[in-house]
Amino acid sequence: MSGTMTVGEALGERHRAGMVRRGREIGGGLLRQPMLAASAVVVAVAVAAALAPGAFTGSDPLQVRPAAKLHPPDSAHLFGTDQLGRDLFARVVHGAGLSLSCAVIAVLVGLVGGSLVGLVAGFAGGPLDAAIMRAVDVLLAVPSLLLATTLVTAFGFGPAQTAFAVGTSSIAAFARLVRAEVMRVREQAYVEAALAAGARHLTVLRRHVLPHTGGAVFALAALEFGGAILAVSALGFLGFGAQPPSPEWGALIADGRGYLDTAWWMTAAPGLAVVLTVLALNRISQAFESPPVPRR
Amino acid sequence: MNGRYLATRLAHSVFVVWAAYTFSFVVLYLVPGDPVEMMVSNGGVISVTSEQIAELRAEFGVDQSPPAQYLTNLWHAVHLDFGRSLQRGQPALDIIAGAVAPTVALAGAAIVLAVTVGWALALWATLTRVRWMQRLVLLLPALGVAVPSFWIGLVLLQVLSFRWHVLPAFGDDGPRGLVLPTVTLAVPTAAFLSRMLAQSLSRVLADPHVTTARAKGLGRWRIHLHHALRNALPPVLAVAGVLVGNLLAGSVVVETVFSRPGLGRVVETAVTSKDIPVVQALVVLFAIVFVTVNLLADLAHHLLDPRVTLAGPRNG
Repeated sequence: MSGTMTVGEALGERHRAGMVRRGREIGGGLLRQPMLAASAVVVAVAVAAALAPGAFTGSDPLQVRPAAKLHPPDSAHLFGTDQLGRDLFARVVHGAGLSLSCAVIAVLVGLVGGSLVGLVAGFAGGPLDAAIMRAVDVLLAVPSLLLATTLVTAFGFGPAQTAFAVGTSSIAAFARLVRAEVMRVREQAYVEAALAAGARHLTVLRRHVLPHTGGAVFALAALEFGGAILAVSALGFLGFGAQPPSPEWGALIADGRGYLDTAWWMTAAPGLAVVLTVLALNRISQAFESPPVPRR
Repeated sequence: MNGRYLATRLAHSVFVVWAAYTFSFVVLYLVPGDPVEMMVSNGGVISVTSEQIAELRAEFGVDQSPPAQYLTNLWHAVHLDFGRSLQRGQPALDIIAGAVAPTVALAGAAIVLAVTVGWALALWATLTRVRWMQRLVLLLPALGVAVPSFWIGLVLLQVLSFRWHVLPAFGDDGPRGLVLPTVTLAVPTAAFLSRMLAQSLSRVLADPHVTTARAKGLGRWRIHLHHALRNALPPVLAVAGVLVGNLLAGSVVVETVFSRPGLGRVVETAVTSKDIPVVQALVVLFAIVFVTVNLLADLAHHLLDPRVTLAGPRNG
C-alpha cells in the first residue's frame, strides 16, 4: 500500500478537490458581487440575532421603564424606547427569533407539502396529475393573504398558527415548480435508463430526480422565505400573530402606529429590519436562480 | 372565439368557485369542531344562554351531520345566502355589498397607478442604453417587492401627513384622501409588474424578429411598442388573476393603516371576531374575482395573438 490510493480514497480525494473548487468559486463570486456579499452578511446577522439575541443586547425586551418612555434613539437606546419605556433595539433583536422562526416554519410547510404534491403529480402523470393540479389551481384562486387569514380564523391566533397559515398558502407555488422540474427531469435519458435497468420508481425518484430539481426549488425557497417574512409581519401587524407583549416585527410596527407623529423610530426601526432582511433574501434567491453570466 | 371554448372555460370557472367554497367550508366549519362554540367564545356575542347556543346551532345547521350541513349550506350559497353575520346580525352578503364601493374605488385607482408605473419602469429600463441607468431603474422594483405595504403606508403618513401636512391622514373624504392609500396599495403590484414585464421584454428583444426590424432600420421606440411589447405581454396576462387578487387582498392592511371603510376592514373585523359566514362569503367573492379576471386575460391573450387557439383551459 505504498503511496497508492484505493478507489474509494481516490474518489474521496476528487470529491474534496471539487468541494474546494466550488467553495473558491462561491467565495470569488461573492467578492465580485458586493451586493450579494452584503446580503449574505445581513442574513447572517439576522440569523445570529434570532439564535443568540443576548450577544447583541443586554437589555430585557419586556422590561417596562415608565420614566424612559418614548425616548428618541441615542447611545443608551440605539433605536429609542416605546410607549412603555421598553428598549426598542432589544425588542427588534429579540423579535428576530419569532419572526424568522415563523418564516422558517412557513417555508418548510410550503416546501415539504408542495414538494410532495408536485413530486406525486409530476411522476404519476395522467388523470392523477390532472386532478392534483386542479386542486392546486384552486389554492391560487384565493389571494394568499386572504387564504392565510381564513386559516387563522379556523386555527386561532398565534405565531405558530400564522406560520402554518402562511406556509399553506405557499404550497401551490412549490407544487407547480416541483412538478414542472420533475416532468423536465423524467424525460432525460438517464431516468429512462434507470427505469429500463429495473430500478424501482421510488429509488429513481430519490437518486435521479430529486437531486436535479434542487437548484430551482432552492431559489424559490429563498424567495418564499422573504415572502413569508412579509406575510408573517402583515398578519402580526393585523394582530393575528404573536400576542403582546412578545416582540414580533409586524406587531412592533403596529405598536408604533399610534405614535407616528411623536415617535417615528417606533415604526422605522422594526420596518427597516423587515426590509433589509427581505431585500437580502431576495438578492440571494436571485443568485441561486441564475449563476453569474460572464460579461460580454 | 367560439362558443364551445367559452362554455368549457365558464364551466371551469364555476368549478374553481365551487372548489373554493368547498375548501372554505372544510376549513371554517369542520376544522374548528364546533364553529358556533368558537364564534360565541370569541366575544362576537357578549352573553349567550344555552338556549341561544342551541338556536344558533340549528341556524348554522351544526346539529346535522357534516355532509348534510355541507349540502344545505351549498344550496343556500347558490341562492346567494351565506348565512347571517354573527357579529352584526345582518346577512353576510349585505355587509359585503355595503363595503364594496370604497374598496373598488381604491383598488381601481391603485390598479391604474400600478399598471402605469409598472409599464413606465419596464419600458425605461429596456429602452435606456446607459447601463447604470438600467440597473438603477431595476433597483426600484426590487425594493418595492421587499417592503411591507403597511410600512410604506405608515412612512407616507408620517412624512406627508404629520411632518409636512400635505395630504390628509385618515378618512375617505374625496380624492385627496385617496392619494396615500392608492400609492400604498399600488407599490407591490407595480414592482412585481415592472420586474416581470422588463424580464419578458428583454427576452423578446433578443428574438430574431426584433433583429429583423432593427435591420430594416426601424426606430427603437417603434420596435419596442409595435414589435416587442405585444409579444412580451402574455406571461404578464397569465398572472393577471393572481395580481388583481393580491392587490384586492392588500386592502386588508391598507384600509387598516388608513382607517378607511371597505372590504379589507370587513375581512379584518370578520377574522378578529371569527365571523365565519362573512369570511366564507369573502373567500367565494375573491375566487369569483380571480376567475373573472383570468377569463378576461385569456380573451385579451387571444386578441393579442390570434395564433393562440383557445383550445383548452389553461388555468383558473
